Amino acid sequence: MTTIITILFFAVAYGMILYLISVGLSVTMGLMGFVNLAHGVFAMLGGYVTVMMMNRLGVPFLPALAIGCVLVAMLGFVLERTLYRHLYGRSELDQVLFSIGLVLVSVAIVRIVWGPLAQPMQLPEYLKGQVSIAGITLPAYRLALVGFGTAVIAGLWFMFDRTLFGARIRAAVDNRAMAQSIGINTSRLFSLAFGLGTGLAALGGGLGADVLAIAPAYPLQYIVYFLIVVAVGGLGDIKGPFVAALVIGLADTLCRYFLPEAGSIFIFAFVFLVLLWRPNGIIERR
Amino acid sequence: MTTIPAPPVAVIAAPSGLARLLQLVPWFVVAGLPLVLPGYEPLAMQVFVMILFALSLDLLVGYAGIVTLGHAGLFGMGAYTAGILSVHGVTDPIVTALAAMVVAALTGLVFGAAMLRTKGLTLLMLTMAAAFLLYEIANKATGLTGGEDGLQGVSFTPVLGLFAFDFRGKTAFFYSLVALFLVFTFVRILINSPFGWSLRGIRENDARMVAIGCPILQRRVVAYVISAALAGLAGALQAQTTQFVALHSLSFELSGNILIMLILGGSGRLYGAFVGVPAFMFAQDLLAKQDPANWFLGQGIILIAMVMLAPGGMLGIAERAMAAIKRRLS
Amino acid sequence: MTGTATLETQSLNMSFGSVPIINDVTFTLRPGERRALIGPNGAGKTTFVNLLTGRLHPSSGSVLLNGHDITEVGEARRIRMGIGRTFQITSLFPKLTVRENVFLAVAECEGIASRLFRSAFHHGAQVARVDELVHRVGLGDVANTQAQFLPYGRQRLLEIAIALALRPKILLLDEPAAGIPTAESHVILDIIATLPKEIAVLLIDHDMDLVFRFAQQISVLVQGSILVEGAPRDIAADPRVREVYLGDSKHGLPAAA
Repeated sequence: MTTIITILFFAVAYGMILYLISVGLSVTMGLMGFVNLAHGVFAMLGGYVTVMMMNRLGVPFLPALAIGCVLVAMLGFVLERTLYRHLYGRSELDQVLFSIGLVLVSVAIVRIVWGPLAQPMQLPEYLKGQVSIAGITLPAYRLALVGFGTAVIAGLWFMFDRTLFGARIRAAVDNRAMAQSIGINTSRLFSLAFGLGTGLAALGGGLGADVLAIAPAYPLQYIVYFLIVVAVGGLGDIKGPFVAALVIGLADTLCRYFLPEAGSIFIFAFVFLVLLWRPNGIIERR
Repeated sequence: MTTIPAPPVAVIAAPSGLARLLQLVPWFVVAGLPLVLPGYEPLAMQVFVMILFALSLDLLVGYAGIVTLGHAGLFGMGAYTAGILSVHGVTDPIVTALAAMVVAALTGLVFGAAMLRTKGLTLLMLTMAAAFLLYEIANKATGLTGGEDGLQGVSFTPVLGLFAFDFRGKTAFFYSLVALFLVFTFVRILINSPFGWSLRGIRENDARMVAIGCPILQRRVVAYVISAALAGLAGALQAQTTQFVALHSLSFELSGNILIMLILGGSGRLYGAFVGVPAFMFAQDLLAKQDPANWFLGQGIILIAMVMLAPGGMLGIAERAMAAIKRRLS
Repeated sequence: MTGTATLETQSLNMSFGSVPIINDVTFTLRPGERRALIGPNGAGKTTFVNLLTGRLHPSSGSVLLNGHDITEVGEARRIRMGIGRTFQITSLFPKLTVRENVFLAVAECEGIASRLFRSAFHHGAQVARVDELVHRVGLGDVANTQAQFLPYGRQRLLEIAIALALRPKILLLDEPAAGIPTAESHVILDIIATLPKEIAVLLIDHDMDLVFRFAQQISVLVQGSILVEGAPRDIAADPRVREVYLGDSKHGLPAAA
């Protein structure tokens, strides 16, 4: 019983990381109709900045996360303004190729700057131990991860549902031309949404550095998971991907524990079937 | 009725007999290369196999407008079919190549019939998920595939019982060149057929194709199955000429690379594969030797630059240059 | 694909969400009929055509071809059964030439489109038909021009050539003259005049001059329902129709003919 709760807890932690990283991808893909295979780059960079500041400069965990998040959000904002926006009207193939190109460049730069090896995160003392709640012992790091993730997600949902910025994004996802005609500056909205999405990815990358190891191959290795969350969760939504990320996190974690010899076979078979069953994501949008 | 009197319409004519003969010249030149450049046979046959693989992808990406990030799944199915058959005693190269084509075609039929109902991101994800699925199965079925170590002990009997695969790769060179020539001829006929034109129609405007009565799912599945068979053949040739099958033959990396090679040359142009593949493999040979980071960087920059500045790949650039020269002259 | 066909709808309803677009429409188009469907913008005319061709599915009611229920039959199969149409918003193959555009339709219609091994342009009979159609709509001089480079009016003519290539028994023309200069809209009538008599034609257009020269019968669609049907002179005289069109002078009805 305890084992099962621990496993479920690990699955939720993993799902939250997947969600934080992928939610921005869902919003920007839904908003701009851009197939962005390079989203993992921003998570990786967030992870690198966080880990490097902690390991080399001794910056505490939370400030390091915040700095990573802000820096990457700024980078995302700039890249959207300079490169991405020229490709919005282009074919899916062009967008795929462009974003693969971006992945390759980032992999190369990271490799040149920080070397080919993975960068393990040195957790602060207060996150190293175990915490016991109602007789169940859980690792402090994952507990903090779930707590912090929940707070961020709550803030994000509030923003999406209750603020003007969120309403504008929802309007533009629904009908871009209409949003423009009622005076929404979609060009600025795109840049801001892109910056926000990449910042969240960076946060997820830094927060999850102990779950998804930070190494140059990161954007290639994990992109399929981020895309799965978006494709299964549905484009342009922020709640569908949450369900999808939890389901994927759960399925993957359970497989690893109970069927290690099957590896990721089930997760890919599962995704394949889900996408055939619900091509527009598990949550039906009206 | 009032119609504007029309000048005679230029009939799109088949190439003359002489033009057809001239088209064979490059093939003979390539066939003669081992005389001039001995020792390059192993590299050359790798190039041939990849061109063949890229041609199969061009049918999908360039003609039918189906973007796939999982084409290596079909290549790998062919490679493993040939390899596993050879380990179990079926060692005739042509028989195993045909078997590989059949297995890859069936794989393409099963996945294609399911996937091709969707489009956009969903289709892209399905092609990826399908290839990852095959990769994971091969990775875990170590008894059959050798898993991460690759499939050892692959060997084949002489082609047609006459030409044994030698260490210098002479037989493999000619064997893969002949296969490439046959596939190229087949693909050229295919893209000029009514079927090939209907694929272009689906690429250009699939909704309109439905509104002229085209069963587009069926058409796309047929294209996918043909492409799968050719990709499977390329995989089988790879297994036969290198006498080894690695997990890499099913990998996302290979799916991505073959797409890049095709686009680099120019998709939907039939000859794109012949330009892009050698350019890519030559650059890879040159750059990756020093440091993989340089190779990634170069590749990435070229991809971004190509998408931003030069759509249509190298052949696209050449076409625009020719058009500019023509304008100058006239 | 010769012969005649009757296309009917029975109590057809269609709504987007809770908004009804087509409201209990029962309609018949008989062989050889020359019928126009008119109505103000937003009346649901294009939606109705899309329901007839199977591009959209009704919320309830049925579509019948020669008395057989085809409500569940897909769009491509309905086209092969002889229901041809043009699009209000031009839908072509932009990077293919005029001939290639028409060839695609001819190939589908004549069942050669899945042939793999013979060059498209070695199918002599079909290529001859392509050239005949291209000339019939007056595009002979641009036969080898990519569709995207044609002026809009000529793209409309290509749209019609594609529809004719399918040898329809029923032809649904959704604003074929929109974008064609008024002085040239008679080209559309000339083309319709060359069609075999037994083909049923349904024309949607806002150009009342064109409509009244073309139609033997007119159906008026208002807010998703058939308001009235009848001969042109009755329609022109109908006070309800005049009321719908009142103040809409550019589409003004001619005096009762």
